[in-house]
Amino acid sequence: MTHVDGNALAGAFATTLGIEITVTVGRCRSCGSSFNLACAHVFITAMGAVMRCGHCQAVLGVIVRGFRETLVNLSGLDYIRVPHL
Amino acid sequence: MGVINGGFGGRHGSSDPRLPPGQTHVYDWPVLSTGPTPNVDEGRWSFTITTEDEVTHRWNWGELQEVGVEDVVTDIHCVTHWSKLDMAWRGVPMDRLFEDVETSYDYVMVRSYGGYTTNLPLEDLLDGQAWLATEAEGEPLTPEHGGPARLLVPHLYFWKSAKWVRGMEMMPSDDPGFWEQNGYHLRGDPWREERYW
Repeated sequence: MTHVDGNALAGAFATTLGIEITVTVGRCRSCGSSFNLACAHVFITAMGAVMRCGHCQAVLGVIVRGFRETLVNLSGLDYIRVPHL
Repeated sequence: MGVINGGFGGRHGSSDPRLPPGQTHVYDWPVLSTGPTPNVDEGRWSFTITTEDEVTHRWNWGELQEVGVEDVVTDIHCVTHWSKLDMAWRGVPMDRLFEDVETSYDYVMVRSYGGYTTNLPLEDLLDGQAWLATEAEGEPLTPEHGGPARLLVPHLYFWKSAKWVRGMEMMPSDDPGFWEQNGYHLRGDPWREERYW
């Protein structure tokens, strides 16, 4: 199974968090790398989307769309930096 | 939002009594992976069960075969609404692997090569309900389907049947694994539609 890049989550981030992912920078909690989230490795599955660090492959975040709500877990990121547009 | 979906919609009202509610019968075998496929050859594969006393029971590939494999025909049900019926599997019953394991803990954390985890009550692994599977449909399990060995717990949603399994740790409480931390049900009984929190 191959991955796509973080741009695949642009719609999900915009809808659930109001964030433009293509200009958002995050730091991986596992290896400390900072990068534009558009460069993350994303595995799209029917259960949810899994975002991984492109440097160390650690899980940065998971987005699951359930019946009544969407769960966004970004616990693999120390922080995200969202520029004012 | 289109890339993240809840799977294709279930066809309700199916007449096949083997299909749990909300499930659709499929004939192919969809692949679902949360990361890169680990390349684990049988030569370096091992499986462990670790107890609260830090006793580790370990089997390499050859030792696993000596435990004794059996054939199983069963249905599998994915939480994303597909079910595959009458699948032929071959694997080692978890009952045999737990025969010499002494534990007072009731829960298990399953760990896979690649980092995937899932939690299970021990009672869901015993009494002929679960296997360490090495073949499906008459062929060795391919890496994309969890080869060389995956867990098979067909009475629960298929995310519990961890691919590339490498070990189990006994736990005193039912701590959540990967999907269970991210919105999916702690147990996942398809007949109760235990899909989400």
